[in-house]
Amino acid sequence: MLKKTLVGAVAALALSAGAAQAQYSDNKVKIGVLTDLSGTYSDLAGQGSIVAAQMAIEDFGGKVNGVPVELVSADHQNKADIASSIARKWYDTEQVDAIFDLVTTATAVAVREVSREKGKIDMNSGAGSTVLTNDKCSATGFHWTYDVYAMAVGTGNAVVKQGGDSWYFLTADYAFGHDLEAQTAKVVKANGGTVKGSVRHPFPNSDFSSFLLQAQASGAKIIGLANAGSDTINAIKQAREFGITQGGQSLAGLLVFISDVHSLGLETAQGMLLTTGFYWDRDDASRAWSKRWSERMKGRMPTMVHAGVYSSVLHYLRSVQAAKTDEGIKVADQIRTLPIKDFFAVNGKVRADGRMVHDMYLAQVKKPSESKYPWDYYNILRTIPGDEAFKPLADSTCPLVKK
Amino acid sequence: MAKHDVTLTAAAPPAKAPSRQTLFVLALLALGVAAPFGIYPVFLMKGLCFALFAAAFNLLLGYVGLLSFGHAMFFGWSAYVTAHAAKEWGLTPELAILAGVALSAVMGTVVGWLAIRRQGIYFAMITLALAQLMFFLAVQAPFTHGEDGIQGVPRGHLFGVLNLSDMMTMYYFVLAVFVVALLLLYRVVNSPFGQVLKAIRDNEPRAISLGYQVERYKLLAFVLSASLAGLAGSVKSLVFQLASLADVHWHASGEVVLMTLLGGVGTVFGPTVGAFLVVTIQNYFSEVGSWVTIIQGVIFVICVLAFRSGIVGVLAPWLKKRGIQA
Amino acid sequence: MFTVFGIPAAALFGQLLLGLINGAFYAMLSLGLALIFGLLNIINFSHGALYMMGAFVAWLLLTYVGAGYWVALVVAPVIVAALGIVIERTMLSRLYKLDHLYGLLLTFGLALIIEGLFRQLYGVSGMPYSVPKELAGGWNLGFMFLPIYRGWVVIASLVLCLGTWAVIEKTKLGAYLRAATENPTLVQAFGINVPVMITATYGFGVALAAIAGVLAAPVYSVNPMMGSNLIIVVFAVVVIGGMGSIMGSVVTGFLLGLLEGLTKVFYPEAAATVIFMVMVVVLLLKPAGLFGKGA
Repeated sequence: MLKKTLVGAVAALALSAGAAQAQYSDNKVKIGVLTDLSGTYSDLAGQGSIVAAQMAIEDFGGKVNGVPVELVSADHQNKADIASSIARKWYDTEQVDAIFDLVTTATAVAVREVSREKGKIDMNSGAGSTVLTNDKCSATGFHWTYDVYAMAVGTGNAVVKQGGDSWYFLTADYAFGHDLEAQTAKVVKANGGTVKGSVRHPFPNSDFSSFLLQAQASGAKIIGLANAGSDTINAIKQAREFGITQGGQSLAGLLVFISDVHSLGLETAQGMLLTTGFYWDRDDASRAWSKRWSERMKGRMPTMVHAGVYSSVLHYLRSVQAAKTDEGIKVADQIRTLPIKDFFAVNGKVRADGRMVHDMYLAQVKKPSESKYPWDYYNILRTIPGDEAFKPLADSTCPLVKK
Repeated sequence: MAKHDVTLTAAAPPAKAPSRQTLFVLALLALGVAAPFGIYPVFLMKGLCFALFAAAFNLLLGYVGLLSFGHAMFFGWSAYVTAHAAKEWGLTPELAILAGVALSAVMGTVVGWLAIRRQGIYFAMITLALAQLMFFLAVQAPFTHGEDGIQGVPRGHLFGVLNLSDMMTMYYFVLAVFVVALLLLYRVVNSPFGQVLKAIRDNEPRAISLGYQVERYKLLAFVLSASLAGLAGSVKSLVFQLASLADVHWHASGEVVLMTLLGGVGTVFGPTVGAFLVVTIQNYFSEVGSWVTIIQGVIFVICVLAFRSGIVGVLAPWLKKRGIQA
Repeated sequence: MFTVFGIPAAALFGQLLLGLINGAFYAMLSLGLALIFGLLNIINFSHGALYMMGAFVAWLLLTYVGAGYWVALVVAPVIVAALGIVIERTMLSRLYKLDHLYGLLLTFGLALIIEGLFRQLYGVSGMPYSVPKELAGGWNLGFMFLPIYRGWVVIASLVLCLGTWAVIEKTKLGAYLRAATENPTLVQAFGINVPVMITATYGFGVALAAIAGVLAAPVYSVNPMMGSNLIIVVFAVVVIGGMGSIMGSVVTGFLLGLLEGLTKVFYPEAAATVIFMVMVVVLLLKPAGLFGKGA
């Protein structure tokens, strides 16, 4: 009698446990934000990304199909091995289901490998390299916000069409810089422009005077800055000091975030052309969200990475809801199927290679006299439709794309 | 008359009780074997790799008195070579590791030969300068893929048989390597060779006057230290399946100094303790972001001001009374 | 104009001039470091962090007190030097009797703490700081456009460096300082307050770093990591120049600037590394440095 009850009880337990487990691992949906909290990219990503993810979870309701959503976060310090070990630890011991942000290509690729191995989801909003949707693409990996190609196309096209048809590149001497230069040079030439030359500076670097002098000597109309972060800031600051613009040349920042412009000040950055995936002041929806974010972030305004993290987390939760499970592959299917509806991804859709295609914007930094309130920095010159901005699917080297 | 079977046998010598030292070491080994069942093995493996790195560094600092500020070049370059060998050449793990260690031994010979001509701070500066050059080479060499590093390194099958992709198998392999290497270090330090090294550390002019070829001893110690640091790097690249610029950056050199200082310079287990502590801080404080470097700075300061013998160094006299040499 | 290895002479002169200007920064920073090492036998790894503090204090003064560049040039070094003196009195002075590697480790730890704290407080993107109006603009020299501010940096640095050298080598105070480091007990016996001299020297070395920071603020991004990128280069300069020699580090600083300038023209990727190649060569041939007095 006792044995029967016991067996029955155990069976019931096993069934219920099994049933629950078939749905959500450890009865939670756990989201991880892995970003740079202390290094070069902590302003354009960092704490702001964590806040953005938090907001997405709250806006979604904090639960998915009755199961609570949890957020964990960590600092990868821009190091691939730290990122890799945190990702592993999260997946193996803490049942994290998906990882977001992942600024810096080296960490993005490292976590992509681990996620692929474990069948878990990674949605990248921070890194720029196109390898994420080409050689390193994965069934459970997505690239959400921007990439080097989009920046090159956006800025390269726009600048050449405006008359900037001769270029000289100031390139950060590492893979990202080389890639950015190569893609932009391609676009410039395709538009009938010429590349007068380029110089590679050490990464990171603080004094650009010598390289700017070479750029000046080249006589090119446009000096393309194929670098990011403090390198870009220093180059722009010193370009102003050396009278580059007075001499008739213009700067094109190939990867510039609003946090960089804020740090430079409009006096120095005015007139610069750049491509962005998001501008906080673009329309009512983006303003409303940004003001909410800003309240939590001491009055700063979000970059496209922050907005991208919000958008990717929200879409992930919707996909989990539709898939009725947090199992990677099933959610990934939903991510690719469901339309993306939020203030960030206008006309957004996810392709077979994991690329989220959405409209990008060509912006120009305002003159100090044009800026009426804090963070009023950009004039949006043009909307670049997603299909034009991102690398065509047909050119992708991702093995998942059927040719 | 009671029949007593009295057999007179020669008194057997009393069974030699295992020394406290042996028991201590066995206890540690048991800990090492049991640990992965309670603690996340990847974290343990990271600790073991850095413990080996620190122990190799400690050979030079603690036993020869030479502070090398560029040890990351051996650690990092071996990691690159092993990663490349395993991924691009398809070598089995033990061969890939051997390749990495061989490179470190060669590098160690060249760097050592250049550096040991000078002493003290100048020695440290030469090692730093050479490490910076190696860093620059790592950035420029195409095979390292610069900032991206070599990713997706296969762990492979050890000796063609043991599948290292299995976490536990990999752990025991790393533990075995660590134990053997530490044993080697222990033997070296307690050998006549090791005694000469200590003599050189304590009073080099006297050692010279006694007729010892001091330069040769220092070079040999340097090569050994470099090779073991390389071994640590090679194994690490297989554990994490990647090799990156962070491994050759001078911050990594600084970190190993921190680990050794914290654990106890010139002790056998000090570097291991220090390494595990620092790795723990990095891992479990990673959520708190930039506080990690501040904490490391504070540890440096406290260690230098008040705690120069390090954790094991402070415990050493207490342990010695109980017959344990740490 | 003629060309040198394919580079027009005008461009080359421009690069050399720029190199000289950068050399001025290196000279100033290594001056402070050399002073501290030469007179106190301390390897001050926190020099970069203190340089960064100089720049930050200038920014803080501007943002919160409204005090401009010229005020900052005087006030910032004083504030940072005060901190330096506190560090010296509470921590460094305990290490004088030990191997000077401990000084290196302590100051390395301090650098981590200072940089980490500033990073926590201010992020990493950098704070805006502009060139003061009096020094804005530039001259067209024909082969290049020279910003007036950069010219000012060279003059200021030369004045500081030569002034310091003169004080140390040619004045009574300098003589006391040099004697105090060679034989503190004897000098103390003569009634000179040696600990005070040591503290004052450290403070002065730190002040030099801070002034370099203020001079750098308008041209380099004022961010918490600005010092850590420079520190090992400055070390290399000091080691090459001769770790005790003030004139050595000043001259080497300017020479390095020139060398980097040339490298940036012919092989720019190596610009950050060429100094280390030189350091290895010098250390092997003349370990005491180009102007050094003893190994």
